[in-house]
Amino acid sequence: MEKLKSFLSGNKIAQGVLIGVYVLITSLALYLSQKSVVAFLLLLFSLLLLYYTQLSNRLKWLLAGVVLVGVLPWAASSGPSYQSYMEVATLVGIYVAMALGLNIVVGLAGLLDLGFVAFFAIGAYTYGIFATGQASNFMPFGEYPLSGESFWLFILVGCFAAALCGVLLGIPVLRVKGDYLAIVTLGFGEIIRIVYNNLDKPINFTNGAMGISSVTPPELFGMQFTYPSQFYYIVLGILVVVMFAVRNFEYSRIGRSWKAVRENEIAAQSMGIHLVKTKLLAFAIGASFSGMMGVVFAAKQAFVDPTSFTLLESITILVMVILGGMGSVPGVILGAAVVTILNLQVLTEVTNWLNQMSMEGAISFPEALSPSKMQRFIFGAILILFAIYRPQGLIPAKNPVFNEEELKAHAAKQTGKKSSVPEDRAMQA
Amino acid sequence: MSILAVSNLTKKFGGLTAVNGVDITVQKESITAVIGPNGAGKTTFFNLVTGVYQPDNGNVQLGSTSLVGLKPHEISRHGIARTFQNIRLFSNITVLENVMVGLHNHLKGGIFGTLLQTPSVRREEKRAKEEAYEWLEYVGLGSLLNEEAKNLPYGAQRRLEIARALATKPKLLLLDEPAAGMNPRETRELTEFIHRMREELNLTIVLIEHDMKLVMEISEQIFVLDHGVKIAEGKPEEIRNNVNVIEAYLGKSAVTGA
Ligand SMILES: Nc1ncnc2c1ncn2[C@@H]1O[C@H](COP(=O)(O)OP(=O)(O)O)[C@@H](O)[C@H]1O
Ligand SMILES: [Mg+2]
Repeated sequence: MEKLKSFLSGNKIAQGVLIGVYVLITSLALYLSQKSVVAFLLLLFSLLLLYYTQLSNRLKWLLAGVVLVGVLPWAASSGPSYQSYMEVATLVGIYVAMALGLNIVVGLAGLLDLGFVAFFAIGAYTYGIFATGQASNFMPFGEYPLSGESFWLFILVGCFAAALCGVLLGIPVLRVKGDYLAIVTLGFGEIIRIVYNNLDKPINFTNGAMGISSVTPPELFGMQFTYPSQFYYIVLGILVVVMFAVRNFEYSRIGRSWKAVRENEIAAQSMGIHLVKTKLLAFAIGASFSGMMGVVFAAKQAFVDPTSFTLLESITILVMVILGGMGSVPGVILGAAVVTILNLQVLTEVTNWLNQMSMEGAISFPEALSPSKMQRFIFGAILILFAIYRPQGLIPAKNPVFNEEELKAHAAKQTGKKSSVPEDRAMQA
Repeated sequence: MSILAVSNLTKKFGGLTAVNGVDITVQKESITAVIGPNGAGKTTFFNLVTGVYQPDNGNVQLGSTSLVGLKPHEISRHGIARTFQNIRLFSNITVLENVMVGLHNHLKGGIFGTLLQTPSVRREEKRAKEEAYEWLEYVGLGSLLNEEAKNLPYGAQRRLEIARALATKPKLLLLDEPAAGMNPRETRELTEFIHRMREELNLTIVLIEHDMKLVMEISEQIFVLDHGVKIAEGKPEEIRNNVNVIEAYLGKSAVTGA
């Protein structure tokens, strides 16, 4: 075992081959078996393995792309549970985007937001209202529902609507700090949900608690998107944009200003950072990811109602961020995937299995401990264990490593500090 | 020529007047010290100048602009930078990034440029790294660039605070007890370094300090605060022999008894 380890570390070709073989075996297993959750999960697990290989970043992205775009849908497509696998994968993608958004707010800017699902709701209702007859109740012009082609535009509309609400919410909310901010955002999340729940009179905007049904499915060149296997690709596309944005922001002037505000507000201000602007930007960008995914969610479910946007959802997203590792992009992605899969697949599988066992009389549960009730309990227990044994998250946040040699060489070329920085100043003056 | 003119500056915390009608004028490119016993109001004075607190009364004038009512980040843009008595670094990010934050206002990268990583944003980011590294070398922390700020030894943290402040390219630098916790050798190095900064960067420096050797050696002008009131000002030798100052530091008995 030790030998294998030392052979593998540093040997990129061996790592690449091993990953390839692993993907091949798990995908074939998934393809050949009628229904195998284990194979599906193991195939997804290959992405995590990939993250830990020493391959170049470009190659990692390429391989991840191949697995997500090609291998996974292909391997899942053989059996009868194709759509249910793709449904899980799609939901994972939606939650990953939201968790990455919340990570900007909580992980990078250090603002505890307990009402984050509100922005998801805003995206979902924006599309839901205009892609059904609902909009004709209050819009004086135009014909509703809008066509399925408008969906693509609405991804942007949802993005901007959520970002705008992020700013509008932020203006009053950012006056309070710490615990109070958490309470106020919690209130905001609930208010949005309750507003949508009651906005059916005097003018029927949202159809209240009944929800909005028969949302027009997206359409592209005459093709309708109705199956999870199709939405999967939309989600993947948006996710690429989100990851791109997150990566570009994190290590930039803006990303550093978020971290500076998180670390020390007074020092950040004394470095010239505009506190309110910086926080609002974090709110807006985080919210925009949720807004986009809200639009997709509404289209995928073809139905929107307030029960999808409860406080529990906000907390679940927060759990993804904390479990994965606050401020850590790979961690948050993993956290979102783990929590979603745990909720949707593993725990339901476990409870199904326990149910079956008790039905067969192998074990018996008292009513109070029925497996379906145990599900939340197991989930909670897992969280507590993580909080105790891995408080920094599954993949803790890492700082960038700068190339000292290069910077040193450059500084030396400037004939030392003595001339270079005072020169800069002279130019400024 | 004066760069900073503070007049009748007053700040109350409840019943306590932390700074009481203080007038202070700082000459351009001078080294000025503010001294006084603990609780005299020195840090509060810095906080008033940098906008952390708003004064209840009085004026703070930098060159021809009044700073009263401005937010700390606006005051930073006017060219005042500072360090903190209780070190306030960005603890969980790298040393180099700490200095890069100091460059914030000299970088332009906006939302869309950053999102799309335009060539100009990339170039700017590269230059920011280089310049931040140069500032690190300037304070002698070049080799620690990749450390998390919280892992630095105490003296290095104080120097990092200075590098970060310098990166904002200030005209006026306020140092709040820069030698606190330093050993004699470090203090000596700091003294030289403060001189060097003034010469090479054409800076005006105001420092709060308890180390009297350092203060007497370095400052051209000294202001003494006690219970929020300015009780003396002058050159080091004038302050050394000032009765009010001795009294404030040692108590009345020390003066009358002598
Ligand atoms: N934010 C504050 N709230 C209440 N009192 C304060 C605050 N800041 C400073 N003080 C009080 O003002 C007085 C002057 O404090 P400070 O300026 O820190 O003194 P120094 O830096 O000279 O030791 C002290 O009595 C201190 O307790
Ligand atoms: Mg003080």
